[in-house]
Amino acid sequence: MLAMENLEVVYEDVILVLKGISLSVPEGSIVALLGANGAGKTTVLRAITGLLDVHRGKITKGTITLDGKPIHHMDAPATVAAGIGQVMEGRRTFTEFTVDENLRIGAHTADRGTVEANLDRIYTLFPRLAERRKQVAGYLSGGEQQMCVIGRALMAEPRYLLLDEPSLGLAPLIVQQIRDLIVAINEQGTSVLLVEQNANMALAIASHGYVLETGKVVMDKPAAVLREDDDVREFYLGLREEGAASFRDVKHYKRRKRWLS
Amino acid sequence: MTEQNTKTITPKANRATLRGRPELYTEYARDQALLNTASKKLWTGVLVAFTLLLPFLLGRDLVGLLTLVFIYAIGGIGLNLVTGYAGQVSLGHAFFVGLGAYTSMFFGGAPSMTLRGLELDMLIWLPMAGIVPMLVGLLVAPLAARVRGLYLAILTLGLVFVGEHLFREARTITGGPQVGRRGAIPEVLGFNFYENQEILGFALRREQIFYFFCFALLVVMGVLARNLARSRMGRAFAAVRDRDIAAEVMGVPLLRTKVIAFGVSSFYAGIAGGLLPVAVGAINPERFNLLFSVEFLAIILIGGVATISGSIIGAAFIVLLPRLVQVTAPYLPLIGEVVSVEIAQRMLFGALIVVFLVLEPRGIYGMWLRMRNYWKAWPFSY
Repeated sequence: MLAMENLEVVYEDVILVLKGISLSVPEGSIVALLGANGAGKTTVLRAITGLLDVHRGKITKGTITLDGKPIHHMDAPATVAAGIGQVMEGRRTFTEFTVDENLRIGAHTADRGTVEANLDRIYTLFPRLAERRKQVAGYLSGGEQQMCVIGRALMAEPRYLLLDEPSLGLAPLIVQQIRDLIVAINEQGTSVLLVEQNANMALAIASHGYVLETGKVVMDKPAAVLREDDDVREFYLGLREEGAASFRDVKHYKRRKRWLS
Repeated sequence: MTEQNTKTITPKANRATLRGRPELYTEYARDQALLNTASKKLWTGVLVAFTLLLPFLLGRDLVGLLTLVFIYAIGGIGLNLVTGYAGQVSLGHAFFVGLGAYTSMFFGGAPSMTLRGLELDMLIWLPMAGIVPMLVGLLVAPLAARVRGLYLAILTLGLVFVGEHLFREARTITGGPQVGRRGAIPEVLGFNFYENQEILGFALRREQIFYFFCFALLVVMGVLARNLARSRMGRAFAAVRDRDIAAEVMGVPLLRTKVIAFGVSSFYAGIAGGLLPVAVGAINPERFNLLFSVEFLAIILIGGVATISGSIIGAAFIVLLPRLVQVTAPYLPLIGEVVSVEIAQRMLFGALIVVFLVLEPRGIYGMWLRMRNYWKAWPFSY
């Protein structure tokens, strides 16, 4: 289980981005992390994989644990070795490498013996990549690049895969493909933390979902419940019943939250 | 408060709204003002008054050293415009400073058997000291604008070596290696800024007069640079620095922006170059070498990249640091016995650049900014 408890992150000693977040990714599940722009979703991922210091951020409170062991003091290479793979937002392929080289780089921490088997696994998972194996990654289409970076992260055999907006800028058909691939990856035994703007796609495959708003978790429910929740339907799925739009009822979970605390 | 609300409040109509809220701006102009808060106004005034008072409190050599700070600051502002604001790394700043120095000597220096000089008024030689390097800068810039990053650094590095050779060989203007030449005569319409004078009944020493002159020039050029930086052109500089292709897509002409940045930067360098020999007495062509360029880079790195006040802080730091080491050396272990004072100065210089690059890339000004923001933001709102 990958879990964080009351995590607080401050950038530049000045900007408090995460205000005490607790969430957990149980082994073998897909967990969706939703939220508007600037809610702190990417910061959550950075905190897990030790990328905060690059952005002059710091974890000031709370813990992140992997199977009970704290990992929030680790740097990025150490977290990869510990079994956490991250796919960063916006398709960061090594543009001058071929697809094959991109994937092999992903196996940097893995045993040498596993590389061929893993390459095989990735190429069966992404047949498109197999076709483009010797091509320079910078010339791939957006969807293929996204597959390439997901494959690259999988080469290290992570037990937990963090995906940051894999649907960003892709055609709806490709988004469906990516979605199915995430499910396939999960079925092969990798737990997934899926950060998404595309709530529809994320909630369709996730078992549990968190909604983040200005650095706080405002909803923490099974995905099936979230899919039916009026607020989520309205704000994240863009579904609204005609005529029911009274702004008095807007975001009532916020009010509920205030009563609780 | 939404944007629309702030727009509709006029300062006159709603004094009550503004009372006790010094940072609520109702006009874009006030938000963009140079001294946009009351405390900034106050402290700038205090700082200027203190600077004007200093030459009466300090000894001759310290006044001269502070004058050097002002001159380095002018050069530093120039480099900051092209490197800090426009993002074009230039290692060739020493060349432009040197060019300014020798232009000033040619137009304003006294001729002799071996040296050429026109003995013109400072009203002519000082602008010329800026304009000639600017023209050369404009000539070089189209080449420099074609390359980026490391390649640009190497290209501008080449300038320093070309310059060193030229300055060494043009003996009738520069005096030649190891000989050097005295600075131009800083005389405006018969008033010499480097001679003991009596002004309004006050007897002022020449260091003091030149100190005031350089300070006034620094203030003028600093304000001009700040104004440039917050103008349309300054925003174009920053856009080119942050993402040149995106800037181009927004309609910022890359070539022209880079050329202007180089031109303005070289102008500042030239002015600093014209004043430098006057302040130090005489100058050798060897002075304008790579190390001199690096000194200017250190000024903006340590002071603060893309800030005018940072350039001034950095200049003060770089110019005063050797003196500080010299003064404190007798009280420090190792220095003087194991390493000489000079070597200690150089080591400290190098170490400081590394430390600032690693720990605070925005320099001393960045440290101040962080401190200020911390107190503004503290305590956090949950």
